[in-house]
Amino acid sequence: MTMAHPMNVFDVAGRAMSAQLLRLNTTASNLANAGGVAGSEAEAYRSMKPVFRTSFDKASGLATVDVQNVVTAGPAPTKRHDPSHPLADADGNVFESAVDETRELVDMLETARHYQNNVEVMQAAKSLILDTLKLGK
Amino acid sequence: MAIGDELFGVHGKALELRSQRLGLLASNIANAATPGYKARDVDFTAALAAAEGPGASLESASDANTKYRVPLQPSMDGNTVELSTEQTMFAENAVAYQTTLSFLNGRITTLTRALRGE
Repeated sequence: MTMAHPMNVFDVAGRAMSAQLLRLNTTASNLANAGGVAGSEAEAYRSMKPVFRTSFDKASGLATVDVQNVVTAGPAPTKRHDPSHPLADADGNVFESAVDETRELVDMLETARHYQNNVEVMQAAKSLILDTLKLGK
Repeated sequence: MAIGDELFGVHGKALELRSQRLGLLASNIANAATPGYKARDVDFTAALAAAEGPGASLESASDANTKYRVPLQPSMDGNTVELSTEQTMFAENAVAYQTTLSFLNGRITTLTRALRGE
């Protein structure tokens, strides 16, 4: 992504916060669909993961982070034989989404920490800039 | 020599360098979860010494003294950001920025009083 003006510290922290928020959204989707059942392997939910990429701004020498894309990752849905299930296919099988809930929860905590760090960076930068504006007063 | 250099001595350049370093450390913290990102930092003392030299520009001085951080424990995804290090450096730099601001404020107060003849 190219920007019209040179990147500043607010762009850096702000875009990193957006990226972390997107990561939190995928984690929420993954956890919400944990144990979800579908009638075929193709329909079953697979966990989503964002792919982060550094976005370097040559003019200012700063680097922030962008979400390149969101991919489906993790193990394939597990097949379970349950002929009485309303969603069972012709062979009597259902497919359960294989979301690793422990991993998702760890991811959620890490995301929240990274988000907080960026908020603190932004607050520190803001107060320093405001102090600079008051120079000589 | 610009008039600002005579009035404010080393503090003008110091403030500019501190501001650049703030951005660099913010970039490191922003990329704490990006695979393959290499953390960078500027050697403040060396950069300021280089900027104070004859005919040196602040940009070339800070560029020449920006180095990649050597991680204490490299991670498997190639990211070299260690949040404990970055946060300590960020806090230290923010305090130093405010110290420089105080020096500048003191100088401005002195000059204003001299001009008013108080």
